[in-house]
Amino acid sequence: MSLRYLENVVTLEYDRDKCTGCGKCAEVCPHAVFVMADERKAKMTDRDLCIECGACMRNCPFDAIKVRPGVGCAYALMMSALRHRPAPVCE
Amino acid sequence: MTKVFDRFLKNPEEASCGCEGGCCGPPAAKPEGGQTEARPAPLTPADHAWIIGSVETAEGDVPLVATRLNRADRNGTLLARLSIKRMSHAVRPGLYGFGKPDAWSPVFVTGNYKMSFDYLRRSLDGRDGWILVLDTRGINVWCAAGKGTFGTDELVARMEAAGLARVVSHRTLILPQLGAPGVAAHEVAKRTKFRVVYGPIRAEDLPAFLDAGSKATPRMRRARFLFKDRIILTPVEIAMVIKSKTFLGILIAWALGLIGVKFLSFNLPVVLGAVFIGTVVVPALLPWIPVRAFSLKGWLLGFLWTAGFLALNGLPATAGGWLSAASYLLILPAFAAFIAMNFTGSSPITSLSGVVKEMKTAVPLMILSAGLGLGAFIAAAVVA
Repeated sequence: MSLRYLENVVTLEYDRDKCTGCGKCAEVCPHAVFVMADERKAKMTDRDLCIECGACMRNCPFDAIKVRPGVGCAYALMMSALRHRPAPVCE
Repeated sequence: MTKVFDRFLKNPEEASCGCEGGCCGPPAAKPEGGQTEARPAPLTPADHAWIIGSVETAEGDVPLVATRLNRADRNGTLLARLSIKRMSHAVRPGLYGFGKPDAWSPVFVTGNYKMSFDYLRRSLDGRDGWILVLDTRGINVWCAAGKGTFGTDELVARMEAAGLARVVSHRTLILPQLGAPGVAAHEVAKRTKFRVVYGPIRAEDLPAFLDAGSKATPRMRRARFLFKDRIILTPVEIAMVIKSKTFLGILIAWALGLIGVKFLSFNLPVVLGAVFIGTVVVPALLPWIPVRAFSLKGWLLGFLWTAGFLALNGLPATAGGWLSAASYLLILPAFAAFIAMNFTGSSPITSLSGVVKEMKTAVPLMILSAGLGLGAFIAAAVVA
């Protein structure tokens, strides 16, 4: 059994050199992609579990993490494509 | 046509569902950053049964809320779970107290979707504290954080509007972990001097989190998606289909077939079965269907279901029979795939990049398959 989605597709990038080991990324990641292994720097574990929510990037004070955040929702993509609306519009 | 989805890779914020009752809600207006609004009169027990009094603070009276849910609260949750009046299931943003809160009681932050608010206060029964409700337009914390309405600006503005720094003497906020995509803890600290601590994902873990000195275990930090978590979402999936124009069209065509428009007659139960597969069976069996893409999961089960149904009827005897069988096999698995694909947004395991990749392959195939299927359906009627 596996609750994994597609492999090798997410935009998550981690610059270990910029990490100061504050641990905020490990605190916010809902899939434990980042963990504090040795307390000195964050460690990126299973990158394919990333859902691009962007919590780690937003909460990293040192710009060590880059990801293009977005919602993994087919319905949202379809509705926006069909309506050709430039701005998010929900009803 | 696959290009239509590419723009979301460049501008992810353009993607937003029209789900009335999905995670979307009204357009995300700019948060009123820093702007001080006239504070409305505090809510009283006359406004809502879940308000049980008030507490005096340096900033005036703050409503006290119950930490046990009453029948109306539970009915509201049930209706929202059934996708009824889901978008008006909201509470007024602002500061609330529970128990016997004082200047040293902890502050919990949440969105103004009533179910989020209810789950939070219920989990804090027997304790004292404050709840700061942000204006997330009646949307849950996770979806609102993705849109930025549960965000740094709104948090800072709401703290100022409530005069939080004068209500409490400490400088710590406890935010739900799933609010983190919208909030930069270090920015909140810079702008307000309040330290942000991310609590557990699920409100029910709050007591253990608090008793451990605001420490979350790794388990509390993981988004779980167990069988029961998935099943509880399925009524909304069903409601989305039932309320759609496609479904209405299917019912009308079937009714016309019944009253004698011969060429429209088809087997409704096998169609409903395909809907059930997309809305319920795929979510239920999600981890056990041995393919990754949600649409493929739906297609696979939809194909097995349709083929099984056709096999029960035996080999078609006529050309029309073969065409009719082909139309079922082309339309129904594609339909189940389409419905199952929409479950991506309800799951906590999909990424934007992944969904775009999936859709670029799946959507053209679905359209092709359904188109050929309709052609076969019409051809079958003509032959007959």
